[in-house]
Amino acid sequence: MQQPPQSSRRQFLGLAGSTAVLGAIPVVTVRPAEATPAMLVSAIRSVTGGAAVRTGKVKVDIPPLVENGNTVPMTVSVNHPMAPEDHVRSIHVFNEKNPQANIANFHLGPHNGRAQISTRIRLADSQQIVAIAKLSDGSFWSASVDVVVTLAACTEDVI
Amino acid sequence: MAAALINVPAKAKRGDIIEIKTLMSHVMETGYRHMASGELVPRDIITSFTCRFNGSEIFRADLFPAISANPFITFFTTATESGKFEFEWTGDHGFSETASASITVE
Repeated sequence: MQQPPQSSRRQFLGLAGSTAVLGAIPVVTVRPAEATPAMLVSAIRSVTGGAAVRTGKVKVDIPPLVENGNTVPMTVSVNHPMAPEDHVRSIHVFNEKNPQANIANFHLGPHNGRAQISTRIRLADSQQIVAIAKLSDGSFWSASVDVVVTLAACTEDVI
Repeated sequence: MAAALINVPAKAKRGDIIEIKTLMSHVMETGYRHMASGELVPRDIITSFTCRFNGSEIFRADLFPAISANPFITFFTTATESGKFEFEWTGDHGFSETASASITVE
């Protein structure tokens, strides 16, 4: 039984089910098509270096129910002054289930005046979005939101 | 072809916090999509966006495939003096585009 290269999870499960019936043990390797929570954790660790991340200060504005995962408007703001001695240094946005856990990193400084950025993102599935802000004193603050996606992005076939 | 849309206020008072909106036309192909034939569509994304004001960097973003096609990014900055904003997008396959906008600060 040959595994086609564009095998989806459904095909894989179907294959697994049919082989279970036949009693055969096929060697099937399937590349994970979505980031696992473990990837999310390691992506966050690569930013924080294992430092404690506190909840608060950060706010993620994103529609809770998204019809089209290809363009999801998102605004991340950090409720923190942007003074030269105490400011937001960077904002990092992650997702749970896209093929890659990173969405974007934004590098800021006191001259920005306000720690707020907006962009449009892709979501491959209903999942959690995590935003982490790094302050000039080295502390990390985060916020996470859940988004329900009706039409997925990223991994659909090109017709 | 690639084209940038920039929205920067032409004038501002000294000390005002102004919003800068940028949009660059680009497919942002994720590299995770397949054609009907089963071939993987090669990745083609913008990986970096930088904004400089009078030569010094004021904002930078690292972008990943999770950013939508035609990357739209807005951010804020404090108007301190008249000058020129320069924007630069770089990405896969040597993609590089620039744009600029001027501001008068009173």
